[in-house]
Amino acid sequence: MRSPNVRSREVAVPSLGRRSVLRFVGTAGLLAVAGSLSVKAQPKPRIVPVVARKFTYEPREITLKVNEPVVFRLTTADVVMGFSVPDFNARATILPGQTVALAMTPVRTGEFVIVCDVFCGSGHEDMEGTLRVVGS
Amino acid sequence: MDRPGKAHANSRHADQRGIDRREFLKLAGLGGVVLVAGCASTTRPGTTDADFHFVQLSDTHWGFEGPVNPDARGTLKKAVASVNSMTRQPDFVMFTGDLTHTTDDPKERRVRLAQFKEIVGELKVKDVHLMPGEHDASLDNGKAFIEFFGPTHYTFDHKGVHFIVVDNVSDPAAAIGDEQLDWLRADLEQQPKDARIVVFTHRPLFDLYPQWDWATKDGARAIELLQTHDNVTVFYGHIHQENHFTTGNIAHHSAKSLIFALPAPASQPRRLPVPWDANAPYKGLGYRDVGTETAASTYAIAERPVA
Repeated sequence: MRSPNVRSREVAVPSLGRRSVLRFVGTAGLLAVAGSLSVKAQPKPRIVPVVARKFTYEPREITLKVNEPVVFRLTTADVVMGFSVPDFNARATILPGQTVALAMTPVRTGEFVIVCDVFCGSGHEDMEGTLRVVGS
Repeated sequence: MDRPGKAHANSRHADQRGIDRREFLKLAGLGGVVLVAGCASTTRPGTTDADFHFVQLSDTHWGFEGPVNPDARGTLKKAVASVNSMTRQPDFVMFTGDLTHTTDDPKERRVRLAQFKEIVGELKVKDVHLMPGEHDASLDNGKAFIEFFGPTHYTFDHKGVHFIVVDNVSDPAAAIGDEQLDWLRADLEQQPKDARIVVFTHRPLFDLYPQWDWATKDGARAIELLQTHDNVTVFYGHIHQENHFTTGNIAHHSAKSLIFALPAPASQPRRLPVPWDANAPYKGLGYRDVGTETAASTYAIAERPVA
């Protein structure tokens, strides 16, 4: 089930002169981010590039520190892909030729699945990764 | 809301006769089958007060090959023969998606759909309803499925029950979409509040376990629409196992597969098929016989083995 305690947002990066699009994932995420921006400056997020390709993510395992803001810079090497971390209610659709920035802050430690939630081909169901969140 | 994966009741394997009125009443009294009761207990005025049963088959994945089912080319045919052997034939048969196993080759997809159509054409019952799963439809937005079987979402009525087939797979992102939700809303507005409604989907409409992609992105919107009616039951597939879950006053029942079983949600780290058991072939596979008595507004569900 969705975790109510999440902070995530998805940003389409304005590369190649395209107009940027800002999309927040979930009301809770919107409120959390907006609220924190009004009180204090966010620490600079860690940037984590991820390339999706049939039928894996590179890197396939990602380790983060708990409460450390991160921005996944997502691209796909072939077809439309999904990048979803359901435990943190964070997801993005990755379109070929575009870079999508997905911001989130993992708020608890553990191992969490990264799953492709856009059916992408015959190996779709094997396409997953691991997000490991460790203590700071 | 109950915890996902927790069954409300055990189901039992009935024999091959098909549920008749006497058996239905007997099963209802035993409590050994899953009984699905709508909140209202009255028959709608003007509807036929008749008992009937239908069969749900799901996730046949025609074209799949692998060690988790050494009889991949025989299991569907066995299920068809099993349904044909019922003494009282079902009023209709419903396939809830993943008729074929996915392929990146559009020509091969059509070959598999054609072979599937030929096999299920052997069913004695000619009232057969089909819907796609993501394996059939997500790579071409349902194009090949529509060529063979027509629309991917539709309604039909049978003996006082309104059946709604909802497509949550033709969008590869596993969404129903605004257009279809508007269609669903308009259809429901035509139904009395106490109408008996059965919904067929492929994916669960609720977040059963998104970590394994067992969800529908905008399924909550469909549930919100369905909640406006008193007697709604959902039958779906996708997760290759029996599961019974309730959201509000709506019961959701997933069916077994006819190719391989999958583990219970969150029961292990990865969603890997349950290995074939040579000592118990076809274990975990099967189809479902659903009997209903209109006056009682209940459904008796009996899970049946392949062989």
